Amino acid sequence: MLPVINVNQLSASYRKNKVLDRVGFEVRPGTMTSIVGPNGAGKSTLLKVLLELHPKLSGTVSFFGETYAKAKERIGYVPQRGSVDWDFPTNALDVVLMGLYGRIGWLKWPKKLHREKALEALDQMGMADYASRQISQLSGGQQQRVFLARALIQDADLYFLDEPLAGVDAATERAIMDTLKLLKSKGRTVLVVHHDLQTVEDYFDHVLLLNRTVVAHGPTADAFTRENIFRTYGGTLRWMEGLSG
Amino acid sequence: MSYAGWILLTASLVGLSCGFIGALLILRRMAMMADAISHTVLLGIVVAYLVTRELSGVHMLLGAIAAGLLTSVLVQWFHSRGVQQEASIGVVFTSLFAIGVVLIATKVGNAHLDVKHTLMGEITFIPWEKIELPWLGAIPEAVFILSLVLIVVVAVILAFYKEWKITSFDPALAASLGIPVVLMHYVFMSLVSVTTVAAFDAVGAIMVVAMLITPAAAAYLWTDRLAVMLGLSGLFGVVSAIAGYYVAVWLDTSISGSMAFATGIVFMISFLGSPKHGIVAKFIRPAVPSA
Repeated sequence: MLPVINVNQLSASYRKNKVLDRVGFEVRPGTMTSIVGPNGAGKSTLLKVLLELHPKLSGTVSFFGETYAKAKERIGYVPQRGSVDWDFPTNALDVVLMGLYGRIGWLKWPKKLHREKALEALDQMGMADYASRQISQLSGGQQQRVFLARALIQDADLYFLDEPLAGVDAATERAIMDTLKLLKSKGRTVLVVHHDLQTVEDYFDHVLLLNRTVVAHGPTADAFTRENIFRTYGGTLRWMEGLSG
Repeated sequence: MSYAGWILLTASLVGLSCGFIGALLILRRMAMMADAISHTVLLGIVVAYLVTRELSGVHMLLGAIAAGLLTSVLVQWFHSRGVQQEASIGVVFTSLFAIGVVLIATKVGNAHLDVKHTLMGEITFIPWEKIELPWLGAIPEAVFILSLVLIVVVAVILAFYKEWKITSFDPALAASLGIPVVLMHYVFMSLVSVTTVAAFDAVGAIMVVAMLITPAAAAYLWTDRLAVMLGLSGLFGVVSAIAGYYVAVWLDTSISGSMAFATGIVFMISFLGSPKHGIVAKFIRPAVPSA
């Protein structure tokens, strides 16, 4: 089967520091992969380079065997919650609607049908009651659910999520993981930048350990070993002592 | 129309255009770019004059667009090479403005284009500089240009309303949806430039910043909806412009100064009294429910 993502010898720099060095990996359809690594390992940069939001120095990337430009419509992206201004004068429903802006097209306004879809997506995230709430009046977890609803409405085949579980309450974490599992069960592919090593084994079937380059990649059971984690993080992790494997 | 009528119309047109553009400027966190462009359009005007030897509206608008785009490209260029954003703006606009000032002083001395005029504006002369138009008859050139710019500003904002919203709120998502974020940025900078230069004659380079930023900042305090913010911002611009004119007549002082001052008063009233973000409201109802 054709890989969903194929990355080859990908390098990129950020303010003159090389943050990605000859990164290479393949992702199979219907998998759920966590991208983990220490701070500054290039996790967010990797997503941005893949989505052509940040320039690459060299290497090749293909999605569904095509270039990003051709596959764009099949790819959904959930940026870090902190990357936008939540004081922006708009409400939850409007933010979800933004997920459809590309499809609505130029010189057209969102219609009732689009609004209904957005409400449906909010409902799926347990946020229907907050549709007309100004976004600054939402808690961090609720804001993240709005972002997830916006990703759902894009109806993509491949999703990139940047730290969707950072700083959210337990109920939101469950809601988000249920949603991602649902996507996976429909054959969609999900890649998540993740910060909590303790939940990697429970939540994801694949893991990509990254520290400027790929340290290990594969099914969680094979790749998420003590040795590989140690190689990724160096000697900085104490809790690892209790980890099996 | 009477002399005062033309002045009020001119001021209201300035208030509307600046108010609409200003609302987007604030949400895109580019208030400083307005300051920069309001100065560098001077260079655009001077160069347009040197090339064409004419001080007509169209040449000024084209010169202003070129200068505005040059400013934003240079700011971006320095920033991408490690200069801090704010420092980059400061360096670029003062340098380009300085070139404009030097050119005016040395090459354009006798034209009715001088530094004081460009900084402070001279709305009092506007009703006398008329042009003949079919159907409309003789109307002040500034009114014609400002109306044209207002139509363009409103049309572009409405036509790409959802694109302005998403590129302001979440440029990363916008880019991933295939919306040309960079192109939208430069289109917006062009709008800022034409608005600035059209308002130039009326209020000058310094006061136009007040008209761009302050009514929008006040409108932001009153509403949680973008469309309402845009409308309020335009309304506040018009109110400030008209109130400013009457204050100036009453005190026999600078019209552009009074208008800018009036925007400050509108802002202070909003800052104190707005129901959602105002100081008084926060005092009465200290905690925002976060559930």
